[in-house]
Amino acid sequence: MAFDTGLAVLVLGVAVWTLAAHDTFAAVIGFVTYGLLLALVWVRLAAPDVALTEAAIGSGVTGGLLLGASTRLRRAEIQAAGEKPGATLRFAAVVLCTLVSAGLAAIVLLLPEPAPTLAPQAAASMAATGLGNPVTAVLMAYRAIDTLLETVVLLLALVGIWSLAPDGVWGGFPGRRHQADSEGVLTFVAQLLVPIGILVGIYIFWVGSVAPGGEFQGATILAAMWILVMMAGLVDAPPVSRRWLRLLLIAGPAVFFAIGLAGFAIAGAFLAYPVDYAKLLIVTIEIPVTLSIAATLALLVAGPPERAPK
Amino acid sequence: MNLAFNGLTVVAVSAGAFFFMAGTVGLLRFPDALSRVHALTKADNLGLGLVVLGLLFQVEGPFAALKLISVWLLTLLAGATVTQLIARTARLGTSPF
Amino acid sequence: MVADFLLAAAGFVLATVAVGLVRILWGPGDDDRIMAAQLLGTGGIAVLLLLGQVVSLPAAVDVALILALLAAFVSVAFVRGTTRSETDRA
Repeated sequence: MAFDTGLAVLVLGVAVWTLAAHDTFAAVIGFVTYGLLLALVWVRLAAPDVALTEAAIGSGVTGGLLLGASTRLRRAEIQAAGEKPGATLRFAAVVLCTLVSAGLAAIVLLLPEPAPTLAPQAAASMAATGLGNPVTAVLMAYRAIDTLLETVVLLLALVGIWSLAPDGVWGGFPGRRHQADSEGVLTFVAQLLVPIGILVGIYIFWVGSVAPGGEFQGATILAAMWILVMMAGLVDAPPVSRRWLRLLLIAGPAVFFAIGLAGFAIAGAFLAYPVDYAKLLIVTIEIPVTLSIAATLALLVAGPPERAPK
Repeated sequence: MNLAFNGLTVVAVSAGAFFFMAGTVGLLRFPDALSRVHALTKADNLGLGLVVLGLLFQVEGPFAALKLISVWLLTLLAGATVTQLIARTARLGTSPF
Repeated sequence: MVADFLLAAAGFVLATVAVGLVRILWGPGDDDRIMAAQLLGTGGIAVLLLLGQVVSLPAAVDVALILALLAAFVSVAFVRGTTRSETDRA
């Protein structure tokens, strides 16, 4: 009990500090710390899948994304400081956030005992999908269409970022070229940590069918390793007009959609799986989706093209 | 046997927690960035190591024990290299790259 | 009984590492903030391992594994972020 209270106070404190931080870089550090503490909260609430996703995407990759944005904005930050929104707007924002938080708290506190849940039915029907992890069963079988739409949304976000490139560098290399220091610490980290990271990413993806894990978490680790190698300068980001890159990005959603359409013929509805082949189909979808999402996330963090293609 | 294991766990985890406290105190009280980085690595290395050692007596099966040790080794590797980078930035004042 | 001790230890480690967060507040330089975040990361891993044992959640070790990898990634990104413009060529 004391542990939970302490954790809650810590989370609130870090959140307040992140909002009050004076410059963007400090705020990003606060945000990453906040995500880490939230992962602890999720483990305490016995939700390891959400904790994995929070630690990987919510804290890690989003932190990298915000950091890139903060660095790009550094020159403009001085001008932006003079354009802060006025007191009325900020007060309205405070009121709106407080109302939303109070509403959410009321809903949680006023839930009937026992709280309404579909968890027993979800767990009971798992045998038909051949999976051992109910969260993966929900993501890939019961609500597979939501997962399909999520992959498409990620792609759309990437297209949005690419559209920010100026005409001269359209289709070019994202981000700046980092120099590789052949004797440097960063090269050592990249050469030693990245293979281990790739192994862990594949493990987390594969174990998702029977234990907490899954394709999003595994893909995020793979993306983080690719970004690490790019930051170390060992590999340059590929120009965004390369055909193999674009094929890699759409492979996941395309396979997902194709198997969904095939569901009409085989099992009678979009994204329906025939009982004997359910697990095989799910794995066939998951592998290209993992690769696509890894590439998408890495390119999202790399940013819009800044150097002209050759 | 169980009692002995539990006793070892308590001793090891307490020692680990002590080193975490030492790392924090060092981070707060040491005068400059380089000595603070030095204190940081004690928490990484000994703090986490002793906690993992204590938990090794509690888990069942070699696979779980191996996972715990690999978490420690990974943290060691990541911590050692990252503190090198931070130290260079602190010392040179500019990019070490 | 051991579970109670482990929970108390987890709370102690979390509290100590949280005090280190003060460096994020004060830290005269950005390096100090990065160090405090790194300490919180390692402390978080220790707390996760202890918690995982207390509530019998073996997946907590997986979360700790991911946290270790991503803490390294984020720390490298931070160090890169503080010193970006000098040596990179556009």
